[in-house]
Amino acid sequence: MTPGAFEYHRPNTVEEALALIERFGDEGKVLAGGHSLVPMMKLRLAEPAHLIDINAVGGLRGIRGEAGAIVIGAATTQSEILNSGMLLEKCPILPEAAAQIADPQVRNCGTIGGNCANGDPGNDDPAIMMVLDASYVLRGPIGERQVSARKFYQGVYTTALEENELLIEIRIPAPAKGAGMAYRKLKRKVGDYAIAAAAAVLSMSGGRCTDAAIAITNVGDTALFVPAAANALQGTPVDATAIAAAAQAVMAAAEPVEDLRGTVEYRTAMAGQMTRQAIASALSRAVGS
Amino acid sequence: MSDTREMTLEEREATIGGIGTARKRKEDARFIRGQGNYVDDIKLPGMLHGDFVRSSHAHALVKSIDTEAALKVPGVLAVVTAKDLEPLNLHWMPTLAGDMAAVLADKKVHFQNQEIAFVVATDRYAATDGVQLVEVEYEALPPLIDPKTALDPGAPVIRDDVAENEEVGQGKRHHPNHIFEWQVGDEAATDAAFEAADITISEDILYPRCHPSPLETCGCVASMDAVNGKLTVYGTFQAPHVIRTVVSLITGLEESKIRIVSPDIGGGFGNKVGAYPGYICAAAASIVTGHPVKWIESRIDNLTSTAFARDYHMTGELAADKDGKILAVRAKVLADHGAFNTHAQPMKWPAGLFNILTGSYDIPVGHVKVDGVYTNKAPGGVAYRCSFRVTEAAYLIERLVDVLAQKTSVDKAEIRLRNFVQPEQFPYKSSLGWEYDSGDYPTALKKVLAAVDYEGLRREQAEKREKGELMGIGISTFTEIVGAGPVRNCDIVGLGMFDSCEIRVHPTGSVIARLGTKSQGQGHETTFAQIIATELGIPSDNITVEEGDTDTAPYGLGTYGSRSTPVAGAATARAARKIREKAKKIAAHVLEASVDDLEWDVDRFKVTGSDLSITMKAIAMAAYSNVPEDMEHGLETTDYYNPPNFTYPFGAYVCVVEIDRFTGDVKVRRFYALDDCGTRINPMVIDGQIHGGLTEAFGIALGQQIIYDETGNVLGANLMDYFLPTAVETPKWETDFTVTPCPHHPIGAKGIGESPNVGGVPAFTNAIVDAFAHLGVTHMPMPHTQGAVWRTLNELSLNK
Amino acid sequence: MASQKISLTINGEPVEAEVEARTLLIHFLREERRLTGPHIGCETSHCGACTVDLNGKSVKACTVFAVQADGGDVLTVEGLAKGAELHPLQEGFVEHHGLQCGYCTPGMLTRAYRLLQENPNPSDEEIRMGISGNLCRCTGYQNIVKAIRYAADKINQAEGAEG
Repeated sequence: MTPGAFEYHRPNTVEEALALIERFGDEGKVLAGGHSLVPMMKLRLAEPAHLIDINAVGGLRGIRGEAGAIVIGAATTQSEILNSGMLLEKCPILPEAAAQIADPQVRNCGTIGGNCANGDPGNDDPAIMMVLDASYVLRGPIGERQVSARKFYQGVYTTALEENELLIEIRIPAPAKGAGMAYRKLKRKVGDYAIAAAAAVLSMSGGRCTDAAIAITNVGDTALFVPAAANALQGTPVDATAIAAAAQAVMAAAEPVEDLRGTVEYRTAMAGQMTRQAIASALSRAVGS
Repeated sequence: MSDTREMTLEEREATIGGIGTARKRKEDARFIRGQGNYVDDIKLPGMLHGDFVRSSHAHALVKSIDTEAALKVPGVLAVVTAKDLEPLNLHWMPTLAGDMAAVLADKKVHFQNQEIAFVVATDRYAATDGVQLVEVEYEALPPLIDPKTALDPGAPVIRDDVAENEEVGQGKRHHPNHIFEWQVGDEAATDAAFEAADITISEDILYPRCHPSPLETCGCVASMDAVNGKLTVYGTFQAPHVIRTVVSLITGLEESKIRIVSPDIGGGFGNKVGAYPGYICAAAASIVTGHPVKWIESRIDNLTSTAFARDYHMTGELAADKDGKILAVRAKVLADHGAFNTHAQPMKWPAGLFNILTGSYDIPVGHVKVDGVYTNKAPGGVAYRCSFRVTEAAYLIERLVDVLAQKTSVDKAEIRLRNFVQPEQFPYKSSLGWEYDSGDYPTALKKVLAAVDYEGLRREQAEKREKGELMGIGISTFTEIVGAGPVRNCDIVGLGMFDSCEIRVHPTGSVIARLGTKSQGQGHETTFAQIIATELGIPSDNITVEEGDTDTAPYGLGTYGSRSTPVAGAATARAARKIREKAKKIAAHVLEASVDDLEWDVDRFKVTGSDLSITMKAIAMAAYSNVPEDMEHGLETTDYYNPPNFTYPFGAYVCVVEIDRFTGDVKVRRFYALDDCGTRINPMVIDGQIHGGLTEAFGIALGQQIIYDETGNVLGANLMDYFLPTAVETPKWETDFTVTPCPHHPIGAKGIGESPNVGGVPAFTNAIVDAFAHLGVTHMPMPHTQGAVWRTLNELSLNK
Repeated sequence: MASQKISLTINGEPVEAEVEARTLLIHFLREERRLTGPHIGCETSHCGACTVDLNGKSVKACTVFAVQADGGDVLTVEGLAKGAELHPLQEGFVEHHGLQCGYCTPGMLTRAYRLLQENPNPSDEEIRMGISGNLCRCTGYQNIVKAIRYAADKINQAEGAEG
């Protein structure tokens, strides 16, 4: 298996990258970590005439804190997420999820931007960005805009990203102090996409849930943000009844297809089960529960 | 040597590093440095690369193949189709099972990803560029995917080429999609036993289609030397000599003009026994272009076109008395062989050695009937880390015994102890026709039960069940039949399944030995050297073992079915003993003693009752300088060994699992494997073989399956979907052993590589089903993916 | 098809080469540089047989283009030993029978090399996680874990003695 021929471009700045993206249109593809794109090219399912490698672009990589936000450069690798002390402290769901994505070598290449932007429903970060209410900073020829992760995904491999835009960075509102968060993923083996996975963020006060967000992975055309599940927790002590109601809401929202990971019935049930586990884990981590 | 101190006996034995020593492997030195030499590492001057255009259809007529655009691709030199091979009579090839297989699709395709055209180019990128541009026009035919419908009247005929033939190499058949019917045992007596029995059980069990999937795929480099007319093929061949003979028969080239070389092989597990279109096409392309041609399979090609395993649809039955004593066994099997019958097993045995179905149990009477059928799936049916169809048989009988235990409420260990062939019954003639040479099953099982505290486990299980938790204890007490085999009943394309070893002792007392087998990771360079070391008293460090080059190695049938140690290992010991006999005469000559007065002492002959002795090292020099007058010089010999019987390794395994009742996830908490492979040549290597075999068994039991949809599309032919476990999923293994030497093998060895796979798979299934046994569950389909286990949980409402 | 010049360091040696853009790093190493230690087992970045070290990180060379290694530093299994002196990992694999067919071994060794840089004293579970991107079909991993443990201990002891 070998890829078709292409011309290789390695811009150094976002502007150069955008110019190349604009210039080549359909014929160009952005290469970040490459672990989705390159196998597709080797299968000749993708045959871009131009490959725009953004790994040398300055300023696309890194994790930084800003007032009220965590900002992650799009070309930051999963390994960097996994090993970030700052994230471990302020937003531990991201390293927790990164550890469940692919394997060490792939995490060294795979980027959070690629994971968020390529629109593969099997990717893990979209659901997490949804529960964190992150925004994607998209830059195009006419400037920059921000799109909420909750509104970014439109279908399998279709997103709000315009053809001439590049995801620059991800802005995550600083999680509320004391919030508990967790990502639970059921898979067949290391390197697999989820049979089903769930992300949960909870804030508790006086034994009651004051805020919650739930989203699920790989049980629909996109990651699914499930407000009904969060609503089922709001104001409750997040007891068994509330968790069951949240799981029920998730299962109602899930629309998996049957594949080698399981039947529709099974994957729907697992979306519920991962939700239960994620909520229970988030609860145990939340201050004030 | 200045150090004149005599070594002690122990020191001398340690220096030898012979049988029983856990010595480090000799082959490791190159592998740890990245200096192995695998087929894709070979780069010859002017070498071209070939890649296949493959069928997108499972069943279709090929109306046309347009190669024009492909031929315009820079670097593409040729596109070979069946039409080009036909004048050379290479468009079809005989299979090892007596059938014919298309090399390149001849007017029709029979399975998805079948080879249609071979694009030859200057490099592998250009070859694939060319493949993209070959246009094939198909006329779709109805596909036949479910083997249960293969013999229906009016079923789509898959093999038009043999539709009218009364047989396709393995006896009479009765339908165009029928390949063979094979029966063994006493049907009438078996039926009568079932009629009369207090208890009968019956289970439909599918051993699903899976694939050996070694980490290195199949491949070759074919190089025709036009000047000398000699064709050399380097390739991933588990059986290089058989390949040479087959290539000769196909091409008409004399065997003396064909050299087959198996370099280092990156795992085989049965995948690399057969002859594949890639080999033929590369050879043909090299003959035509005058350049060496390389063909290397991709992983997708590997999983979809070369050598699947199993796909046995089995109905098994036991008749027993109320105490669980088995009175009869009966099995009916539908064997899905895919589009061509290319299974690789002894030709008289279309269902391999499946009649080892009696397992470790004394079953008075039995009957087995197997029907092989064609379907629109990839051809194969190879033995994936097992002897021929032995793993299917072991799975069936070990499952049936568990089911019988549940039906009779006899403990699953106890029912085995009640039914074992007893040590004093050996040699034991089984009701399905084998003569088991040796064994001690009760000792093995009792040792394992004590080691794992079986009763404690059962108590714990009972407590957990009270709490609604699912814990299963699986037992497997299997017997294998390996080491094919006696020439009277084993041949491949007419070649008896003997094996061979040639040993040369050099003047300074070191050795080169060559064998007809071919290691693919089993460590032959080490273990065969150890056999010679013990027999000749020469340090195994000084013994080079070579395999895989048909120009130098003696003829042998290759490595699969755990036959290397039982057959070639025996030839090795016998060859060494022949050399020792000659050495003894030389020793007598040099020591001026009578041969009758000499005795062997680790590494030397000594004169009984005196201090006089001569080491093998000194004898070696004498063999080239000072031999008796009536003796030829030199110290070398060859042995061709035709085993009198198969060998019968056995084992007792216990597997403990816990099941997540919400997700269906199976956690293997403990796996204890006791194996008896007779004499143990290298305990370190044996443990390694067991770890690896158990891991493959784990993969098979919990996830491996080659799945076709109803139109014949292969699903999941990649290493994300095809379950090769990583270090994270793989359980930890505990190993143990007993030693019951094989009475007919020169050193008492039986073979080990495949036991853990054969015995391991039923241990996993038995453990998983056992977790549900108290709820009346007797069957759960393999592989036990989370989703499959969850189905049972859901049906029983255990996940609520 | 335009080829481009790249310069990089491979096993400590500076290398200049012309490659076609689509040439995968694994093919460049194996076929142009004849470093045939790293292997190809799956092509879809699941098996890890092609693992090499690129700029101090383990990568799967079947999923990286050679042009991406321009200016980079590559270490393959061939660069692990110092002359005749084996790396402790190589020793460990022999001592503990951490290999059988040898096909996964170069990738496994290169990955383990980096793992021990990242985590000099890993637990068995951490070792298993650390090599989870490398498939082995022969050993069942148990002896590989032991081999890596052996190397970690040996390296740590040597450093302890120096420190």
